[in-house]
Amino acid sequence: MTDESAFKPAAQPAPPEARTQAKADHREGMEHLETPLSRTVTLWIPLGIIMLVLLFPFYWMTLTAIKPDSELIDLKTTNPLWTWNPTFKHFYALLFETEYPTWLWNTMMVAIVSTILSIMASVGAAYAIVRLKYKGANYVGAAIFLAYLVPPSILFIPLSTIVTSYGLYDTPFALILTYPTILIPFSTWLLMGYFKTIPFELEECALIDGATRWQILTKIILPLAVPGLISAFIFCFTLCWNEYIYALVFIASPDNKTVPVAIVTSFTDGDVFRWGSIMAGALVGSLPLVVLYTFFVEHYVSAMTGAVKE
Amino acid sequence: MLPAAAFLLLFLAYPLGLGVYLSFTDARVGRAGSWVGLENYEFLAGKNPLWDFFAIISNEVVGTKYELTGDPVFWLSVFNTLLYTVVASALKFAIGLYLALLLNRHMPFKAIIRAVVLVPFIVPTVLSAIAFWWIFDTNFSILTWMLRSIGVLGEKEVINYLGDPLNARASVIFANVWRGVPFIAITLLAGLQTVSPSLYEAATIDGASRWQIFRYITYPLLTPIIAVVMTFSVLFTFTDFQLIWVLTRGGPFNSTHLMATLSYQSGILGGRLGDGAAISTAMIPFLLAAIMFSWFGLQRRKWQHGEGND
Repeated sequence: MTDESAFKPAAQPAPPEARTQAKADHREGMEHLETPLSRTVTLWIPLGIIMLVLLFPFYWMTLTAIKPDSELIDLKTTNPLWTWNPTFKHFYALLFETEYPTWLWNTMMVAIVSTILSIMASVGAAYAIVRLKYKGANYVGAAIFLAYLVPPSILFIPLSTIVTSYGLYDTPFALILTYPTILIPFSTWLLMGYFKTIPFELEECALIDGATRWQILTKIILPLAVPGLISAFIFCFTLCWNEYIYALVFIASPDNKTVPVAIVTSFTDGDVFRWGSIMAGALVGSLPLVVLYTFFVEHYVSAMTGAVKE
Repeated sequence: MLPAAAFLLLFLAYPLGLGVYLSFTDARVGRAGSWVGLENYEFLAGKNPLWDFFAIISNEVVGTKYELTGDPVFWLSVFNTLLYTVVASALKFAIGLYLALLLNRHMPFKAIIRAVVLVPFIVPTVLSAIAFWWIFDTNFSILTWMLRSIGVLGEKEVINYLGDPLNARASVIFANVWRGVPFIAITLLAGLQTVSPSLYEAATIDGASRWQIFRYITYPLLTPIIAVVMTFSVLFTFTDFQLIWVLTRGGPFNSTHLMATLSYQSGILGGRLGDGAAISTAMIPFLLAAIMFSWFGLQRRKWQHGEGND
């Protein structure tokens, strides 16, 4: 590196001004007003620090999950930021010695079923609000938005009495039926935004051709709203996977627990926390969402910003 | 339309009403209560809530020892909730906006960096909270190790991250900020991208400084979206449950109990449904205030865009 910079003036005899000029052509916007040094100080250093802080917990989670037990509690003889003896013992223990696969399956099933239920309900609701211009549609839209703002931490106590009185306590249905209360307002709001962008003329043409409302919905609207549906689907799925308080309150037996709830309570031997397994569990539990996210980054962002912008 | 409405009425509006009703009864788990009027509220908030409110703030901030007429733990949770919400939201907003401004600049690997920033938001809160639990472990914390290796802490010194009231509050606020920043940054970034670059170019030609550009162009154009994003953020911070429950369960000495965790503790674990419902109902006025704020933010946005009453 040093050698290269030492030889540079000889190799490039052009005056410094000319060189910066030539470079400026390749930059975008007003970047040519910045020097590389100010760019490092104002952009790369702060960005680097923030990214480091944001990502460090994941690095630490992964590292803890593959470290042997002896290294976990040893801060003196080894460097805790790296390991030379990676082990899959914790993952093995997690998958074959605990009920982790059951919890994963529970979480997955609850998330998928309640997401599908909510999307179906929201498609109907959103279409009705946007297109069937009945009286008070605007108020219903506003009510849906308000419903989105009602947090689960207010609802879990009354819901627990309702769930018990319907005999759903400690069954997956307790979660499958309550999660849509979080999901429907959100996805309805999101889909309303998408439906509004579909030109009304398309529907009028179809009406003239003799299509029914149902045919219009399934043959015209839904195919056009596929990006919106994907956004709503993966966001709902994430919300379900994330849900904690309902799962904590409505489920008691270990067989029916979801990953977030089970992992907090189930990995202690008396007073000793099995950190390796806990971290492995957290890692495996986050994996499906991270994989989903990497495939649908754009949809995530549009779901997130769409919900806020509308 | 109907299925969504049925769902929401059955599992959202009905529980909301039931919650308010329960708060006026002495219901316990497994037993319907009888009407006790304002007794629960009187027990919690005391005969003179306004006095209690200022007394707890003075007790916590200045260290006075005023007697409360209500339940000291309840008032402590109110204080904690407000502190948590205000500090965490302010930090999230400041860092989120800064990060959004950084991400809005031209740089290589822009798409990847933006995608990576959002990861803390995607991973389930409970699972990342578990990672923080381990990072904040008293004896084997990686933070302690780092501080020791740069010489801030002595070889035998430890920091009791979650065991000391002040540290515990700082730790949970840090974890909350860590999780909330990506959401705010990415939504604000979406807002920033709608600001036309020609405005910045014009301002630069007029000799505006970086701060002036931000203050007189970026910030005014961003205000509406900031209002909405911050409403969401305040709302979800105010009703936070998962993070606190995983990290501290309200301890030490109730110093991190939020209203949501306290209502879970007395309503579900303590079995006093009436009390729990009263605590969560007490959150509603604060939430309404936040919603009103958002409403005016939205209207201002419409006014800026010159739209009619749509």
